Amino acid sequence: MTRDPAHLLPSADPVQLIDVEGKRVRDDVRIPEATDLVRAYGALVLGRRFNEQAYALVRQGRLAVYPSSTGQEACQIAAAHVLDDGDWLFPTYRDAVAMVARGVDPVETLTLLRGDWHCGYDPYRHRVATQATPLATQLPHAVGVALAAKLRSEPTVALAMCGDGATSEGDFAEALNFAAVFAVPVVFFVQNNEYAISVPLSRQTAAPSLAHRGIGFGIPGQRVDGNDVAALLTVLGDAVARARAGEGPQLVEAHTYRVQAHTNADDDGRYRSADEVSAWAPRDPLLRLATYLRASGLLDDAAQVAFDTEAERVAAALRASSPAAPDPARLFAHVFAEPTPQLREQAALVRDELSREVEV
Amino acid sequence: MEKVTMAGAINRALRDAMAVDSSVVVFGEDVGALGGVFRVTDGLAAEFGSERCFDTPLAESGIVGMAVGMAMNGFRPVVEMQFDAFAYPAFEQIVSHVAKMRNRTAGAVTLPIVLRIPYGGGIGGVEHHCDSSEAYYAHTPGLEVYAPSSAADAYELMRAALRRSDPVVFLEPKKLYWTSEEVAFSSLSSSSLSSPSAAALSSSPSAAAVASSPLAGASVAGAAVAASPLAGASVAGAAVAGASVAGAEPGRAVVRRAGTDVTLIAYGPSVGVCLSAASVAFLEGRSLEVVDMRTLVPFDDETVCASVARTGRAVVVAEAAGFGGVAAEIAARVSERCFTALAAPVRRVTGFDIPYPPPAYESFHLPSVDRVLDAVDDLQWEDA
Ligand SMILES: Cc1ncc(C[n+]2csc(CCOP(=O)(O)OP(=O)(O)O)c2C)c(N)n1
Repeated sequence: MTRDPAHLLPSADPVQLIDVEGKRVRDDVRIPEATDLVRAYGALVLGRRFNEQAYALVRQGRLAVYPSSTGQEACQIAAAHVLDDGDWLFPTYRDAVAMVARGVDPVETLTLLRGDWHCGYDPYRHRVATQATPLATQLPHAVGVALAAKLRSEPTVALAMCGDGATSEGDFAEALNFAAVFAVPVVFFVQNNEYAISVPLSRQTAAPSLAHRGIGFGIPGQRVDGNDVAALLTVLGDAVARARAGEGPQLVEAHTYRVQAHTNADDDGRYRSADEVSAWAPRDPLLRLATYLRASGLLDDAAQVAFDTEAERVAAALRASSPAAPDPARLFAHVFAEPTPQLREQAALVRDELSREVEV
Repeated sequence: MEKVTMAGAINRALRDAMAVDSSVVVFGEDVGALGGVFRVTDGLAAEFGSERCFDTPLAESGIVGMAVGMAMNGFRPVVEMQFDAFAYPAFEQIVSHVAKMRNRTAGAVTLPIVLRIPYGGGIGGVEHHCDSSEAYYAHTPGLEVYAPSSAADAYELMRAALRRSDPVVFLEPKKLYWTSEEVAFSSLSSSSLSSPSAAALSSSPSAAAVASSPLAGASVAGAAVAASPLAGASVAGAAVAGASVAGAEPGRAVVRRAGTDVTLIAYGPSVGVCLSAASVAFLEGRSLEVVDMRTLVPFDDETVCASVARTGRAVVVAEAAGFGGVAAEIAARVSERCFTALAAPVRRVTGFDIPYPPPAYESFHLPSVDRVLDAVDDLQWEDA
């Protein structure tokens, strides 16, 4: 018996609630409460400042690498804001702003990118998993966390993020399939920013959209304007609610654009034109929400100043932070619960080397 | 005493652990109604329900990846990879996440996962069903790697694995699955039988069991000695009958048979071969000691070196291809640590550096009693 798959198909166009002019569109779809939009705007301002500051730190050689989410901040903020405290967020290397929006200390979110090998924070504190670098590998983890919660009848939802390129990985397919088969509350959130480093979306899939890929797994897919935080809050929020209500996993594809190069090490002039990039400037997620909020009387100069001040405070904290001096004992501290005899020997070797250095 | 196969002993370990620890869940391919292709999970779904033991879609990376998430969120997953070579799709999850999560989170997230892998040859299996893949795992920091050689020890090590807070790759020698042996479950270490939550990692006093050995209690520092001189004499590749090692924790090797002339060092499927070789050598007047590593990570240098210090000669035996393998690592460690005690260079007897051969060829490939004895003969004996 096959079920009618129509309900699994995404809308023909990405859902948009505030257009590029800052005007409300689609009256048939609920728009978030004013307080939620204002809160999201504050987080967008902070996220943009965070991206700029992190990029600057890379240029100064104080961050090893920074995959920026400039232009994608609406996705970042919505992913964090639709979750309850008991939910889990599974971010990638590009999702530092989402982690900050979820409550992780901004300085701590940059620990890995500063070149440390620990993630810098306790994942249980805010229920934010470690940033995954091996593409799509975090998605099955989200399924496991959600299944564990389901077995204990807890209302936890896991929201797992990935890029368009990562949807080609086997773990994307395996995670969606497992989630659907076990009917677990996971929201798979794809930020389609058009590129995987240099490779365009057309080389990742021939599917009508990435959201359409859900149907093959029996997962409903939805498409949303990834630069419209109002639409994102509604669409992702609905997906989280459906997952929590026991309707199984959900797939949401946000259409956005990676405004900056992949990382500081990338030369995007080799694979895309400046015209293509500048065409996205008017679609900026901050711009249109600010216009909408101003026109609706929800944002005034005082509120803007308060958001800017908070963003500057965080930027200053990022600038002031410096990595702790390396402690060689940390090399061996967390490989196993109890270091093996071999690790104990190796730690002693390093201690011995260092003590002799001091004597010289 | 109870007659039990290694498959039965592992099954019983899982059952006993599941009974006392509700966080233990078992999943994989065909592990539910079928009980696994080797029946190691037989009856678990019936006894504990389909939420504690269940089948998954066919996708090894998904299985291991899901285990990571479940372990992050309070469970103790035991996952079965159907055969050694079919664990490879999960390699990225194992190496990049299972092994590293503790370190990446500075100890905040630990992954108490047991990854069961039926491994090794000697069963006339077709291609992709007989790999000795231990080197990949042993080479990966953050994974513990166990390879039992007897039913009793498989029980003990599985119970121990299910008390660890770090991930364990549990290698089950396929050719020993159906070999039965008498096991006195009631006499196995009390730590194995106590509640996992109560048993801290190093809490069991681990008094080394010493039995029927000429060296009992004397110079065998810290090592458990448990085999009778003739154990495993009859059949090459026999299970290590009656080799229960009460109380021996992971990370402790045991002397399965005491000897004075040469130390044979082995694990998993090769221990029986070594015991058989020692029995034959005994009749020819040579006294071979057999050390069963039991766990490759943690590795017990102490017991190995103490043995080689007594015998002055060492032969490492393993089924896996020799180049870059665990046997090479053991040989190097012995050479580095016991050089002054050695009367001869350390020898290895391993599989050849070839893909695992077809059934008709496997007897040429696998370390045999004769090949082990030849290696022993080739050691330097003149100045002994
Ligand atoms: C398994 C794996 N293969 C390759 C890489 C190298 N790599 C890092 S980011 C990236 C592009 C990913 O693109 P996408 O998923 O679209 O996300 P985006 O970077 O655009 O956010 C690649 C190929 C990796 N991290 N992991």
